Amino acid sequence: TEQAPAPPGDTGRPPDRMTQRLLEGTPPDHQTVLEMGFWSWGVVTLQNECPGNTLAYSSISFFYSPTVNDCPFFPLQIDYTGTEPSSPCNKCLNVSWDSSPPCTCTINFTLEHSFESNVFMYYGLSNFYQNHRRYVKSRDDSQLNGDNASLLNPSKECEPYRTNEDKPIAPCGAIANSMFNDTLELYRIDNDTRTPITLIKKGIAWWTDKNVKFRNPTGDGNLTALFQGTTKPVNWPKPVYMLDSEPDNNGFINEDFIVWMRTAALPTFRKLYRLIERKNNLQPTLQAGKYSLDIAYNYPVHSFDGRKRMILSTISWMGGKNPFLGIAYITVGSICFFLGVVLLIIHHKYGNRNTSADIPN
Amino acid sequence: MEQGLLPWPPLQRALCAGEEKRVGTRTVVVGHRPVSETDAYVAQKFCDNRIVSSKYTLWNFLPKNLFEQFRRIANFYFLIIFLVQVIVDTPTSPVTSGLPLFFVITVTAIKQGYEDWLRHRADNEVNKSNVFIVENAKQVQKESEKIKVGDIVEVKADETFPCDLIFLASSSVDGTCYVTTASLDGESNFKTHYAVRDTTVLCTDEAIDALTATIECEQPQPDLYKSLGPENLLLKGATLKNTKKIYGVAVYTGMETKMALNYQGKSQKRSAVEKSINAFLIVYLCILLSKATVCTTLKYVWQSNPFNDEPWYNEKTKKERETFKVLRMFTDFLSFMVLFNFIIPVSMYVTVEMQKFLGSFFISWDKEMYDEEIKEGALVNTSDLNEELGQVEYVFTDKTGTLTENSMEFIECCIDGHKYKDCISEVDGFSQTDGPLKYYGKSREELFLRALCLCHTVQIKEADQVDGLIGHPEHRYTYISSSPDEIALVKGAEKYGFTFLGLENNFMKIRNQKNEMETYQLLHVLNFDPVRRRMSVIVRTTTGKLLLFCKGADSSIFPRVQQEEIQQTKVHVDRNAMDGYRTLCVAFKELTQKEYDKIDRQLNEAKMALQDREEKMAKVFEDTEADMHLIGATAVEDRLQEQSAETIEALHAAGMKVWVLTGDKMETAKSTCYACRLFQTSTELLELTAKTVGESERKEDRLHELLMEYHKKSWTLSQEYGLIIDGSTLSLILNPSQDSSSSNYKNIFLQICLKCTAVLCCRMAPLQKAQIVRMVKNTKGSPITLSIGDGANDVSMILEAHVGIGIKGKEGRQASRNSDYAVPKFKHLRKLLLAHGHLYYVRIAHLVQYFFYKNLCFILPQFLYQFFCGFSQQPLYDAAYLTMYNICFTSLPILAYSLLEQHINIDTLTADPQLYMKVSDNAMLQWKPFLYWTFLGAFEGLVFFFGVYFLFQNSSLEDNGKVFGNWTFGTIVFTVLVFTVTLKLALDTRFWTWMNHFVIWGSLAFYVFFSFFWGGVIWPFLKQQRMYFVFAHMLTSVSTWLAIILLIFISLFPEILLIVLKNIKEKSHQGHGASTAGVGSPGWLPAGWHGCRICPGQRWLLPCQPCPGPAAWYWQDQCPPGLTLSQETMG
Repeated sequence: TEQAPAPPGDTGRPPDRMTQRLLEGTPPDHQTVLEMGFWSWGVVTLQNECPGNTLAYSSISFFYSPTVNDCPFFPLQIDYTGTEPSSPCNKCLNVSWDSSPPCTCTINFTLEHSFESNVFMYYGLSNFYQNHRRYVKSRDDSQLNGDNASLLNPSKECEPYRTNEDKPIAPCGAIANSMFNDTLELYRIDNDTRTPITLIKKGIAWWTDKNVKFRNPTGDGNLTALFQGTTKPVNWPKPVYMLDSEPDNNGFINEDFIVWMRTAALPTFRKLYRLIERKNNLQPTLQAGKYSLDIAYNYPVHSFDGRKRMILSTISWMGGKNPFLGIAYITVGSICFFLGVVLLIIHHKYGNRNTSADIPN
Repeated sequence: MEQGLLPWPPLQRALCAGEEKRVGTRTVVVGHRPVSETDAYVAQKFCDNRIVSSKYTLWNFLPKNLFEQFRRIANFYFLIIFLVQVIVDTPTSPVTSGLPLFFVITVTAIKQGYEDWLRHRADNEVNKSNVFIVENAKQVQKESEKIKVGDIVEVKADETFPCDLIFLASSSVDGTCYVTTASLDGESNFKTHYAVRDTTVLCTDEAIDALTATIECEQPQPDLYKSLGPENLLLKGATLKNTKKIYGVAVYTGMETKMALNYQGKSQKRSAVEKSINAFLIVYLCILLSKATVCTTLKYVWQSNPFNDEPWYNEKTKKERETFKVLRMFTDFLSFMVLFNFIIPVSMYVTVEMQKFLGSFFISWDKEMYDEEIKEGALVNTSDLNEELGQVEYVFTDKTGTLTENSMEFIECCIDGHKYKDCISEVDGFSQTDGPLKYYGKSREELFLRALCLCHTVQIKEADQVDGLIGHPEHRYTYISSSPDEIALVKGAEKYGFTFLGLENNFMKIRNQKNEMETYQLLHVLNFDPVRRRMSVIVRTTTGKLLLFCKGADSSIFPRVQQEEIQQTKVHVDRNAMDGYRTLCVAFKELTQKEYDKIDRQLNEAKMALQDREEKMAKVFEDTEADMHLIGATAVEDRLQEQSAETIEALHAAGMKVWVLTGDKMETAKSTCYACRLFQTSTELLELTAKTVGESERKEDRLHELLMEYHKKSWTLSQEYGLIIDGSTLSLILNPSQDSSSSNYKNIFLQICLKCTAVLCCRMAPLQKAQIVRMVKNTKGSPITLSIGDGANDVSMILEAHVGIGIKGKEGRQASRNSDYAVPKFKHLRKLLLAHGHLYYVRIAHLVQYFFYKNLCFILPQFLYQFFCGFSQQPLYDAAYLTMYNICFTSLPILAYSLLEQHINIDTLTADPQLYMKVSDNAMLQWKPFLYWTFLGAFEGLVFFFGVYFLFQNSSLEDNGKVFGNWTFGTIVFTVLVFTVTLKLALDTRFWTWMNHFVIWGSLAFYVFFSFFWGGVIWPFLKQQRMYFVFAHMLTSVSTWLAIILLIFISLFPEILLIVLKNIKEKSHQGHGASTAGVGSPGWLPAGWHGCRICPGQRWLLPCQPCPGPAAWYWQDQCPPGLTLSQETMG
């Protein structure tokens, strides 16, 4: 496998370290560190490594070779929490929900390799317990399924986000109330010109969720009328029927909303944010080069020591790249092979003797 | 049968009017007519004549049954969990634990309800039957349950007595009636009962109605083995025979009858496996508690950080905020308990019960245990003890009827010291004598044969009236007696020309050799009892001569005859005893009229005595049976049952100790023991009998000396020891006269017993048998005991032992009715223990371990998940999965396994008794295997959770970049879990039937089908639709497929590795020779070896017929290579 050349200005680092770097200002150690939600058992950090050094890694690349021909092996991650004073987003660290206009910041980065196929843009949160029991159950699925009775009388599970000022909240519950509302925009910087990259916002939710499980209330009139008598979740700047301008992506069937409503399994998680489709066969989806990420920073995570990331990744037929399956298969395979050889030897050594004494058991 | 102890002896003392009232007695007013007007008649309250064996009524079934079920600790635990879920806000809905509990309770309630319904039906049959009561000189028909104490009941021939009656009058002039207790104890001989003398004449309705009397009698007592009482108490359940009708007054009714009192006494036996289950349960309960404690503690440590406790996105409700912290902590603890409660498998109990219930059918279905002769197979009375059959360490067996056939055959006799053997039905049958005919020979022979014909209590019945006793096909009649010996003797006499033709009006008829009729008036029968061990009759010949004939055991006859006559006969008797025959000596004496008058008077006095009747009778008997002349002795053979020797050998080889407890005499028992190879010729015998201890005053000291001597002797391992002890010596040890250092000697005795491989206890009373069993049962380590017997005298030891086995023998059904299992023959014990017992044990042990294992790896991921969800009690699996896991997805495969598994072929198990030792001492439920299973479960739980955890580090598992949520996480874990535990069972299964295939693959298919179904519908009545399409989405991801396969493989890897290693070990073991596995499996024997047998226990080759040449030669020359046993192991 090919190794990434060291980025300019950071010659001291080992050359095989894959660098998805912020252009300026941020110390290298924090750029690419992924902190896993392992708070009680110490911090396991997994750094973005480009495979190529160890046996295991070469095996993995062998394993993945049919689908992945080149580095980057790992997705690109950008932490834009802004805890470090030097980060461009540091100014937004203590935003609150109702700050308007929203605090914005821009992070520039360089893409060492081009992404050849479709690129998937994720946002990731750390130390965010979407799987907390109180949180998980705080929703009303029949309300989200368009049941008019539940719309005006949400389930008790939604407490304390069930009503506001004696009006039922739609959508009710803690999950909906805490919906992720940062806006991420991607620009390619080519000779100081910023070209926006088209981000597709549809097709990110499960088909069954979008079409069956989530439904807007039924009835005549537009969404605004249908949601008459309800109020917006406390933390939302605008009601649910104003999430998007397109009617088939508005209200409960807004895909960003649906994605958020599928609670994550672990406190460090990612959710699909946008798709970047490959335009034509001549050009890669994202060329190597400089990019900038514009963030409308609305979502406070500092209060609970959380972190926010933007991830760009390509996907193979197996889904995203993950060393786990590869390592595990290789390891188990080698152990089996080794044991097989050992047992074969034992069998050869002792097995021949008892051909004469055939004793049924 | 060891002679004649009545299993249902009437013991109440019924006294006719006039005695003063005593405490603890009841007064019964006959016909409810007070004796005198002046006598203040206080009506005593007696229970009615309703028999209630059922436990429930329609009304109290629900509360009573529920109460009894929740008294079981496990059910109670789940009830508590359920209530906690209802009251406290817990992570899972009450349904998750309520549904399985409901299922378990319902199944058990249905089973118990059905059983109770059967009992109700049986009760009604008895209670609603019609009886006739004499009221106002008229017969009134009533239902049996309406009988009150004091009612005069009329019973006709072949009717069953509806309650316990005092026999007032009979249709026969002499005031007797015949009764059979076949339905009570299976003894189908007729017992004679006598009416109360003063009322004998009142044999019409009018006469009996005029009777005014009261009866004073004891309060009802269940005591079964108290000595015999007056013969005018007729027991409920017995049947009137050969008497037109009788009148009796009811004294005990309903639940106070002897029958009812005795049926209550049977206590429930519990198996040792259940104790292990409870121990494991406690361990798991501790795990559960510590898990809940750890989680609660960590939760509050974690929550001490305010942004963890209540981040802005996840605020608490008002109620939560206002609750006190201590209360909150307590509810949190309970919530964790609820979340992890599945670790204690609710369905295990119901599965174990189903396994036992269904599994017991395999015993009764076993064709090899079917006996052609009696057309019956094995019978299972309780299914609770199946696995106990695989754990037996001590086998207590009766001799007669158990080891032997109990079909007596007259073999030879000796008259005046001359042996007469086997004349083949010639009328003039003394041609084959080996002694010269003395001058009085002919008359002595005839006297001897007449004695055999007269001195007995055999009755003659027409063949069709008799239910299956020793038939005599060529005759129209059959002999019936409680003792097969007597029948054998009478038949023996018949062979020699003296045929007993029956008893009519106290005249015994005999057809002699010359085909002439002889009649004798039967004056008295001095009944057999086990203390005297002899019986006598006094008859008057037609010529007026008075003769007393006596027969009995040699030890009880010899002291009562002329000493000079003994010598020659004794030689024969001893030789016969050595040959294993049962011997009886016959003696006679002539009485003068004067002597007889005296005896007659004494006997009648004693019979009428109100106090110390038994002692007085015994005294008269003792005086009467003295100064007799010995005529001769008989030898009756009780053939060994087929294969009883092989069975005993197999039991020995399987590490069991076999004790023979018999009422028979020592010599006979000893020779039987040699014949059935309980004792080998090499066995060193230690004797503690009347012979070695002596009869002197000092016998206790002598006994103690002997005990010490045996105790201190050098016991060597290679030598086998056998112990012989008799009843009197045993009672000396167990109940010493002075209590000095008695327990010490008892201990020494016990130690000696435990060191012996075989013990023979002879001359045992029924209660002594039970005493021995109890003594062994209570020794250190409480070994599992098994008793096997066929007669009523074995019932006590059958009830006492952990497992009681009855032989469906010739002595009625008393034993098999009280046993846990009943088999037709002793030889069936081999398969019952070695194959069935072994398999049931392995099955249930595996079942128990598997249950704990599968629930550990079920719950461990849920526990680990708490570390990643802020200890919020978030369940990892959907509620449907939590509920269905134990009752649907993983229950049937283990049930099928625990019913059908044969890890070793049944034939191999039966053939190689040593395999039995592999599971002895509860080997599969010790802590070591338990730890293995626990570690396996923990390992798999870790693999499941962290495997999926690392998988979820991926940004996306789908090829369209979409992400999975927490429910998918749980579903992947659950899928891996269900597949792993099911495949683990498939790996363990050695015996595949279509049923195993069906349930194993069917369960997996059902899981997949259910998951699709469960996730495929928006359920209208559910609050949450969290599983909607989760399973289907999961399967669209290739990574998930790869991960599931990988994780299943990793989880099963240790198991696979173990199997491979085991195979290799076995193969290399075989390769190295010195095989243990091959010994005893006859399959590898070369072609010419079919006649030979390998005795697996002793590891020697036994030259059974027809085995050509010395065994050792064949062994070394023709054994397959690699299987030569060294010379010294060949015994």
